[in-house]
Amino acid sequence: MLKSIGAAIVAMTLLSTATVVRAADFQPALIFDMGGKFDASFNEAAYHGAEKFKQDTGISYLEFEITNESQREQALSRMARRGANIVVMAGFSFATPLETLADQYPDTKFVIIDAVVDKPNVESIVFKEQEGSFLVGMAAALASKTGTTGFVGGMDIPLIRNFQVGYEEGVHYVKPDDKVLVNYAGDTAAAWSDPAKGNELAISQFDRGADVVYHAAGATGRGVLQAAADRGKLGIGVDSNQNGLYPGHVLTSMVKRVDVAVYEAFKEAQGDGWKPGTRVLGLREDGVGYAVDDHNASILTTDMRQKLEAAKAEIIAGKIVVKGYQPN
Amino acid sequence: MQAAAIELRAISKRFGGNVANDRVDIRIESGTIHGIVGENGAGKSTLMNILYGYLKADSGAMLVDGSEVEISQPRHAIAAGIGMVHQHFMLVEPLTVLENMLLGSEGGVTLKRGMTAARREIARIERDYGLEVDLDAVVGELAVGLQQRVEILKALYRGARTLILDEPTGVLTPQEADHLFSILRNLKMQGRSVILITHKLGEIMRVTDRVSVMRRGQMVAHLETRATSREQLAELMVGRAVLFQVAKGPARPGPEVLRVEALDLKDERGVARLKDLSFSVHAGEIVGVAGVSGNGQSELLEVLGGMRSPTRGSIAIRGKMTCWRSIREQGVAHVPEDRLRNGLVRGMKAYENAILGYHRRRDYGGFFLSIRTILSRTRDWFSRYDIRPHDVFLNATSFSGGNQQKLVMAREIEHGPVLLLIGQPTRGVDVGAIELIHRRIVELRDQGMAVLIVSVELEEIMSLADRILVMADGRISGRMPTAMADERAIGMMMADGDAVAAD
Amino acid sequence: MAAARRGLSFWIDIGLIPLINLAAAFLVSGLIVLLIGENPLRAAWLMIYGAFGYGEAWGYTLFYATNFIFVGLAVALAFHAGLFNIGGEGQAYLGGLGIAIVGTFAGFLPRFLAIPAAIFSAALVGGIWGLVPGWLQARRGSHVVVTTILLNFVAASLMAYLLVNVLIRPGQQSPETIVFPHAFWLPQLWTWLGPFGVDLGRSPLNASILLALLCCILFWLLIWKTKLGYEIRVVGHNRDAAVYAGINVGRIVIIAMILSGALAGLMAVNEVLGAQHRVILGFVAGYGYVGIAVALMGRNHPIGIILAAILFGALYQGGSELAFDMPRVSRDIVVVVQGLVILFAGGLEHLFGPLLQARLMRPQRSQP
Repeated sequence: MLKSIGAAIVAMTLLSTATVVRAADFQPALIFDMGGKFDASFNEAAYHGAEKFKQDTGISYLEFEITNESQREQALSRMARRGANIVVMAGFSFATPLETLADQYPDTKFVIIDAVVDKPNVESIVFKEQEGSFLVGMAAALASKTGTTGFVGGMDIPLIRNFQVGYEEGVHYVKPDDKVLVNYAGDTAAAWSDPAKGNELAISQFDRGADVVYHAAGATGRGVLQAAADRGKLGIGVDSNQNGLYPGHVLTSMVKRVDVAVYEAFKEAQGDGWKPGTRVLGLREDGVGYAVDDHNASILTTDMRQKLEAAKAEIIAGKIVVKGYQPN
Repeated sequence: MQAAAIELRAISKRFGGNVANDRVDIRIESGTIHGIVGENGAGKSTLMNILYGYLKADSGAMLVDGSEVEISQPRHAIAAGIGMVHQHFMLVEPLTVLENMLLGSEGGVTLKRGMTAARREIARIERDYGLEVDLDAVVGELAVGLQQRVEILKALYRGARTLILDEPTGVLTPQEADHLFSILRNLKMQGRSVILITHKLGEIMRVTDRVSVMRRGQMVAHLETRATSREQLAELMVGRAVLFQVAKGPARPGPEVLRVEALDLKDERGVARLKDLSFSVHAGEIVGVAGVSGNGQSELLEVLGGMRSPTRGSIAIRGKMTCWRSIREQGVAHVPEDRLRNGLVRGMKAYENAILGYHRRRDYGGFFLSIRTILSRTRDWFSRYDIRPHDVFLNATSFSGGNQQKLVMAREIEHGPVLLLIGQPTRGVDVGAIELIHRRIVELRDQGMAVLIVSVELEEIMSLADRILVMADGRISGRMPTAMADERAIGMMMADGDAVAAD
Repeated sequence: MAAARRGLSFWIDIGLIPLINLAAAFLVSGLIVLLIGENPLRAAWLMIYGAFGYGEAWGYTLFYATNFIFVGLAVALAFHAGLFNIGGEGQAYLGGLGIAIVGTFAGFLPRFLAIPAAIFSAALVGGIWGLVPGWLQARRGSHVVVTTILLNFVAASLMAYLLVNVLIRPGQQSPETIVFPHAFWLPQLWTWLGPFGVDLGRSPLNASILLALLCCILFWLLIWKTKLGYEIRVVGHNRDAAVYAGINVGRIVIIAMILSGALAGLMAVNEVLGAQHRVILGFVAGYGYVGIAVALMGRNHPIGIILAAILFGALYQGGSELAFDMPRVSRDIVVVVQGLVILFAGGLEHLFGPLLQARLMRPQRSQP
């Protein structure tokens, strides 16, 4: 809590100074989804990417946080009318509004993350979460002594099931007979921001024999990682590198480089490198991966890392195909 | 002569124009059980609320143990050694008995110390008076009789030397009532005084030493219980004030309109309220139901008015069996006892109230209300019954009590019923209106309507009714033509059922 | 004399007090904006301009207002029967399910059937969701406040399950239904009014607002002009009197809750048929709860509800504009401002009322 207030204050100070040096000729814009920009997960990663761009170039950006469905179209057209050259939308829910509006603003570049919209002025960026999840699934199976690992999802939606299925494939790639416990925090948006619930679910999985638990649950996942630390078990972080949250108890993190995607989109649009079309960011593109740093060097052993690297190479080479969740 | 435990001198209390207590004197000797009887609204509760500090008397003096005291709040009363057990218990149900005892007298910041001390003290009181209650039981889980015991215990723990009990047996089973009486006798033996407020004469005869009778805000008698009888008390309670004589000719009864057979009613707690009632009312006659209030008359009206279903028995209107719910459609009109609570919707306009209960009739429209018809009728009734202010768009609250009454009367009378039920026809009605209402009732009878009146005012029954039914303890304890009735005989019948219940 | 006094009291109640409450809410909001380091006057201007300053702003304000009229009427109708329906959120959500069923499985319907069928289905399913707590209250004595809140959660879970597993548009991530065929799209008003020079931008304001206004008229007729409405009000004012009058209280409770749920369900018509053209997870976004405040402020009368709905629509639209133009005023601050309006207008209704009544009435009361 304090941390996010601190972050908010820092952000505000940055914003106010940045407004002064606004560059008139290039205007990027970023629209956050309902979770809000400080969700400690997806939206926040996008925010960090935009912030990095601002620091590097001194160019500030327009931003808006959605609070209801009707605001999606409104925010999009508002950004376009304000003369934004490039509008990045963080979240698959923008797909339909973007499809209707993209043609109206042919001179504006649009970037949508996590969904595909086929328009001449739209770039779609999707991640192969299943590939990164596959690798951390392998890590979980290698680290597990009990033969049981767990997965805690936020809201039960196809996107998160993709994390879940990739993870399960990874576990079973190493140990086909290992058990994977699966729980979701809920059916409403509150499932993204309920650390107590995450804590509870993780504890119940530990009680059922799991000793490594992977979360894909936004702020709810904090509770999962804390439970792992409290119980002396291992957790696996998601989206950002969360290894440092509970050093020694976070086996690794499945990083999804939304920040890089946002940063590069802004950067490319500022230059001339921006192209419409679909960009799929997987292991090959370094769009997803697993995090290694000082915090987990001792628990994610060299042996494990070698096995993960080998599998990574095979996935990139197409020898291992990670299927992920296939919506009906 | 020893100073009285409590002495009230010339206590008076008015509420607006109503005199609730009119120069009331009473002396409660210590070590006695003193009953106060009177009908509902006679002023008993007002008097006790003054004594306990809920209300402040307009004039008069209160003496405790011979010295004058000022009691303007309950805590003054408690300090003066007066405790009260209300009809509705003042207990916190989720707390234990012990915790309830301590409420308001916790004694010290740390509850713990107070608790140990209190536990010892309460245990002693329990022993002394035979008031056993498990101190650690949760109050909400106790039976009603035990909850009442907790109330008594609480009062004693707070040092009450005089205990007021307001209608204590109303909620008790006969067995629980027996227990209560033996506790009261115990208290008396230990030198404490008890004031017992009730309208059940049997209880008075059983446990009290002295009894005071109230009527219309005044003390009408102080008696030694040994030297009186139920009949005398009943007569004193009902009184024999001057009657408004209603000019009326003899009744010419027509065919039977209402026939009630073997009617039984048990309430939610399973207590029998109506027991095997059978009677009939004919067109062109007025039948009056007399009785001390609380003996089943209200329930009878509710069943006949279609407000609740009888447990057993049948009701036929003009020879046709009816279901209780549809009774109104059979031509039964009902002026309820508590007109302001049941008979009107105070937040709605006068013209809307004028069709309450009759709104389903075709002449008030189909799906939509035909407001024009309603308005014109209401305006007509407003002028004929002289309801003021003469504005049918006002909310019912904007009318005085008397005018609200007239509105209800008009509505029920003017919808052409074959049977008219009236509870307490003149309760809360000013003198002028009483005459109007009585005359109208006789007129309706002469036009061939069957009328059933329930009233606790015996004189009203005597002057209006052609036949009288007396109710006591949920049964009909007597029936006779008015011409052959005298008040003494009726008073005895009124006391009769009570004797059955109490002994 | 008495009439004059009533008249004054009436106008204080209807006109002056809401204005003062609103002013007080804005005053406190202004302090908060000041605390953040922004100019409150500019913030107020941005908000008002954002809500009413140009065509598209009007469009969005009235679009939100349409939602609030539906749910406000829903809460008010139950309130007239003495019931506090907090379940507008869930009932509106389930109204979306009603539309989704028709839109997904009866997509072949021609336009003149498609829209009425979808509207009817929204009201029907919303009504069923209202029937459940109504029945529980009438027959089992479970308090509607409790059951409606609980059913909101059940509705959210049910919809999430259906949208993720059953109704989801195949081959994509987002938990939402297919975009319904054009036959199900209610015309947006800018397409109608554009040719006449009325500029509403590309706002989602659509023909649902006409349905909402129609519902206001029907509501007024039902409550004050029909026998059913009469019985509903008697039950709401005085249950003892209702029993006395031979009204079947349980039946009225159930009917009122069905109608209330149906009105809430119609909110989905505005969101789904009018704007999104598909059912999206969580499309109700808390509008159902705002309906409570709208009904409260609108004194449970259609006219009041329309005005309160426009006010809240303006707060929503102006608030989003404010968050856009003043990045330091985050969307959370906007929620605080909305909350203050609810607090002052609803909760603290009696703060200024008695004070003002006393002050303004005194000279008149002194003369008999």
